[in-house]
Amino acid sequence: MKVTEKNGHEYRVIGTRPIRHDGVDKVTGRAQFGADVRLPGMLYGQVVRSPYPHARIKSIDTRRAQEHPGVRAIITAADMPALDTDAVAELGEGAIELKYASQLIMARDKVVYQGQPVAAVAATTRQAARDAARLIEVEYEPLPVVEDALAAMDPGAPLIHADLYTVTPGGGKAEQPSNVAKHIQYERGDLEAGFAEADVVIEREFRTAMVHQGYIEPQNATASWEADGRLTVWTSTQGAFSAREQLAQLLQIPAGRIRVIPMEVGGGFGGKIQVYLEPIAALLSRKAGRPVKMWMSRAEVFTGTGPGSPTYIRCKLGAKRSGALVAAQLYMVYDAGAFPGAPVGAGAVTALSPYRVPNFRIDGYDVVTNKPRVQSYRAPGAPQAAFAVETVLDEIAESLGMDPVELRLKNASAEGDRLVYGTPFNRIGFREVLEAVRDHPHYNAPLPERRGPYAFGRGVAAGFWFGGSLTSTVQLTFNPDGTVNLITGSVDLSGSRASLAMIVAEELGLEPHEVKPIVADTDTVGYTDVTGGSRTTYATGTACWRACQDAIAQLKVRAAQLLEADPDAVTFGGGEFWLWEEPQYRISLKEVVANLQKTGGPIVAKGIVNKLKMAPAFGAHIVDVGVDLETGKVDIVRYTAVQDVGKAIHPTAVEGQLQGGAAQGIGWALFEGYVFDGGVMRNPNFLDYRLPTALDLPMIDTVLVEVPASDGPYGVRGVGETPIVPPIAAVANAIARATGVRIRELPMSPERVWRALGGADQPASDDQAGETG
Amino acid sequence: MEAFAYAAPRTVAEAVELLVGANGSARVLAGGTDLIPQLQEGRRRASLVVDVKRIPDLCVLDWNPEEGLTIGAAVPCAQVAAFPRVQQHYPALHTACTLIGSVMVQNRASLGGNLCNAAPSADSVPPLIVHAAEAVITGPGGTRRVPVESVCTGPGQTCLAPGELLVRLHLPVPPPHTASAYLRFTPRNEMDIAVAGVAAAVTLDPAEGTCAHVRVALGAVAPTPVRAIAAEEYLAGKPLTDEHLRRAAQLAVEAAKPISDVRGSAEYRRHLVTVLTFRTLRAVRDRLAGGPAARS
Amino acid sequence: MSTKVIVETTINGVPETFVCEPRQTLLEVLREELGLTGTKEGCGNGNCGACCVLLDGRPVNSCLVLAVEAQGREIVTIEGLAADGLHPLQQAFLEHGALQCGACTPGFLVSAKALLDAHPRPTEQQARRWLAGNLCRCTGYDKIIRAVLDAAERMQADGSAGEAALADKAEAGATGNAPQSSSRPTAGEEVRPA
Repeated sequence: MKVTEKNGHEYRVIGTRPIRHDGVDKVTGRAQFGADVRLPGMLYGQVVRSPYPHARIKSIDTRRAQEHPGVRAIITAADMPALDTDAVAELGEGAIELKYASQLIMARDKVVYQGQPVAAVAATTRQAARDAARLIEVEYEPLPVVEDALAAMDPGAPLIHADLYTVTPGGGKAEQPSNVAKHIQYERGDLEAGFAEADVVIEREFRTAMVHQGYIEPQNATASWEADGRLTVWTSTQGAFSAREQLAQLLQIPAGRIRVIPMEVGGGFGGKIQVYLEPIAALLSRKAGRPVKMWMSRAEVFTGTGPGSPTYIRCKLGAKRSGALVAAQLYMVYDAGAFPGAPVGAGAVTALSPYRVPNFRIDGYDVVTNKPRVQSYRAPGAPQAAFAVETVLDEIAESLGMDPVELRLKNASAEGDRLVYGTPFNRIGFREVLEAVRDHPHYNAPLPERRGPYAFGRGVAAGFWFGGSLTSTVQLTFNPDGTVNLITGSVDLSGSRASLAMIVAEELGLEPHEVKPIVADTDTVGYTDVTGGSRTTYATGTACWRACQDAIAQLKVRAAQLLEADPDAVTFGGGEFWLWEEPQYRISLKEVVANLQKTGGPIVAKGIVNKLKMAPAFGAHIVDVGVDLETGKVDIVRYTAVQDVGKAIHPTAVEGQLQGGAAQGIGWALFEGYVFDGGVMRNPNFLDYRLPTALDLPMIDTVLVEVPASDGPYGVRGVGETPIVPPIAAVANAIARATGVRIRELPMSPERVWRALGGADQPASDDQAGETG
Repeated sequence: MEAFAYAAPRTVAEAVELLVGANGSARVLAGGTDLIPQLQEGRRRASLVVDVKRIPDLCVLDWNPEEGLTIGAAVPCAQVAAFPRVQQHYPALHTACTLIGSVMVQNRASLGGNLCNAAPSADSVPPLIVHAAEAVITGPGGTRRVPVESVCTGPGQTCLAPGELLVRLHLPVPPPHTASAYLRFTPRNEMDIAVAGVAAAVTLDPAEGTCAHVRVALGAVAPTPVRAIAAEEYLAGKPLTDEHLRRAAQLAVEAAKPISDVRGSAEYRRHLVTVLTFRTLRAVRDRLAGGPAARS
Repeated sequence: MSTKVIVETTINGVPETFVCEPRQTLLEVLREELGLTGTKEGCGNGNCGACCVLLDGRPVNSCLVLAVEAQGREIVTIEGLAADGLHPLQQAFLEHGALQCGACTPGFLVSAKALLDAHPRPTEQQARRWLAGNLCRCTGYDKIIRAVLDAAERMQADGSAGEAALADKAEAGATGNAPQSSSRPTAGEEVRPA
């Protein structure tokens, strides 16, 4: 199928919708996920976790567990190298200090969150491992719990880490230790003058809950530590090389001795970059002399992995009567959980960069509390910031009597406008996205009229994500039948194999199924960063494109031999090599490949990407909600996600990203949130931590706007993260339009909406807490 | 899960013998949708699990015009919901059977299990109460019949003595001009636990157009499902006008003694009782009128 | 260690005998003892549907079934779905892009097969209600629902729905959540005032 583009480019493969290469394996149950690994002599591992959010470990007694039948190894932090360095582990999307990463794997002297590992056991059966884990006796001395980030910032708050000193905006360090790990600041212009100039100034407070990525496949790892010191790990990870690097540093062994084999990944969304079980399985395997497999229960996933950051944000915006924004001030507190590293930086940058604001100041704080240490969650930090900024914008539009899309169009950043840290945007499609929203039938359709207690409202909101580069390696090898092996280090989370193979097929004149994409392990392919940051189709896709140019250059030499011509006289296109001057002399790529042995032996082509320009992707969503004014329950009745995708390589996959991100955002807006009681999670299951079900969502329409990116082939942009940025604010704005009340705390649960509607005179009381269900 | 032994007896007598022999440490397994997670998470323990799904008496599903409906304690909800007489005569129960958990859960979860698990939020119990169901319980001392509303004695607790087994439920034939409904409130549209639930059954006096007999039962708002007696008494002898329904809905709150927990505050639950009682009674009225909410 | 028991069952049409502890779930035995790893563990307590199998033809969460309960019963797993080539549902999932990570996919397919067995022509609302016990975190369900409805249509056209034409009664919404929640419009059709 040919697709003709607005800009005149014609593609044969790009923009079509072939069936993904791993599809059949995934619909027949044959795809090998991490927990499906089975090795000869394999043991089962089980972690013992702290029931306390903050406690000193007084003793760990493993004797009874040792004697339990079937037990082959038990480890505690004493079996891990002590890492008292200031070194930082770069995860590709986020970073963590090594000494903290080590404690995330296994607590040493004290526990700082409920669910933190304190010991682990390996046994011949899963039952025996679990039985033995219950026999490990840990004596704790509970310490005061710091649950809330604002309370943690109080100078009198109990210290979680005695050695934590605030890093100040200038890069210096505070003199007294505190729970504030970092204070960042961005400023431009004259804030006071800006607000003085404004005709309308609105300041609001926002709170968001701790949320989980909610991938369906729990974390897992299988490790085999061989007698000669080699370590092989099969795991569910977004980045095999990142996992290898973390293992090397945490276990203090050379990276070259470690082979990480990335298995199919049952969802990550940023949560499967940090290693958790991998080092534990490795140490158990070393001690037992046998392979060890382990996986987490859902409760362990909730309490023992890295959710998305809960936040407190104060947002003040000022605008002229014309709608022009003149000043903004943001105070952003991002809760990192037990160790520093909340994504407040990305939150600060994504908050205001979409708009031209001449005067602003942003103060951001990275704060530790006795909760699970947060990790990346799809556009880490941005949805929380957009919730604040995009709803205050909506209020400004209301108070100015302006259409909220027009207000955004008036202020939208374009190429050349600077992000808050000063770098100018390259080509972006924010304006085009907003125009698509404004002109969309959904935005212009009448809302349903109120039916009894059921009122309807429409909301819009926008957001973006940077579109990263980092490093990717791609290798191409050729089979005698003319097919190509595409060897990539980019783990496939959602179908990226297909998009990458399509790029190779496009360039080499092949059909998508003639390219075999292979996700390789760390011994097999060159270094490749994590699948995250919306970088895979963009950066690894560019590496694929480059590998094709390399392959064509090499094959041209062979074609020249076969055509008995000078290589400089040969050109390539549409899957054929021919002579410039005498186009009747031509030979197909497949024929050249079939004759490689006769023309000098096999060829290997490579493509490497190490730095591309940023390719930001902007999106805006439209949502209609129905609110039951008597119960506060919100239904999503219609939803449209619009996004600049640069160039959709595989439109089905791109639509899927927009729909999935929207659904996650809706869950975050309406249902999801950790419920804590003194640092202990009260809802660590999929019953009371509510992911949206099929019955909670409508069909999600998508509009793919294609404004080419400044770098990389075809103008492609990474699309994965942006779609989770607008939904929360869009839903909040829709609720406000339906009910006249604004909810500024997540989740916007029925009870919270009911209270905001004035259903109750007092705030919720905690009387008689206990079990009802 | 800690280790346990497993038995699948073929008769009620065998099952009772096993339960008596285990001296209170045995657990009855029907659908397992509550029991298995409880055992897994250590919230309940068992030395012996007695699977009652192979006992014919517990798998009966039968209706006759004299005695009404008999539901074996181990019959899964999906089977109950698919039984034509249930939808026809006991719509409140039918609704509950299509709401519990998911389709997968409904294929396993039994009404006996839902009752004996004694969760205050059990969806099937308020409907059973308004349908005047009785539980038939057999133990070492013989068989007794207990109104369903007296079975649950507290969260997770029932009137069953150690060694006793719930065998079946009996629902009398509803009098002519009777309709019922069950509504619950959950944040999600499915796969959720009731924050509050209300069942109601009304028998009209066709000559007067007034309520001859009313039952209203509440779920998830007290330590056990409870009847809203004040609302029932108020409606008796009155026509089902909006005004009367609203007053009854307010009176229903008197029976609610909710707690605050992760699923909702006591205050919100009390509020939901009024909303749901009104809407449930309105649905009953529509059904009595053969209106849009009528099922059969 | 507790005593193990022998269980005789039929899995994907083939008689199968296995040995397990009474406390082992069917899910665990399928995956760890029998190597049928297509059935996935997502939550272990019946709240996600990734472990859906058919037990005597009905979809259940295999994490909520003790393996010993399978004695004398018939089990169908995702591995048993494709007979001569892919099942129409599998084909539709591929063509609609109804999967991303693939972890929930086996559970959805088994659940959807049961849906089409019981209701060969489901409405969108029926499909959503039936599949509400299967969580997907990647797709937002849009393409899954479209694939299921498309497969139903294709099976009708092919006559492959066979004898499964049970009375297809609409299951009206029965929640107290929203009046007439089943009248929720779907995107793609205009939202009109009622």
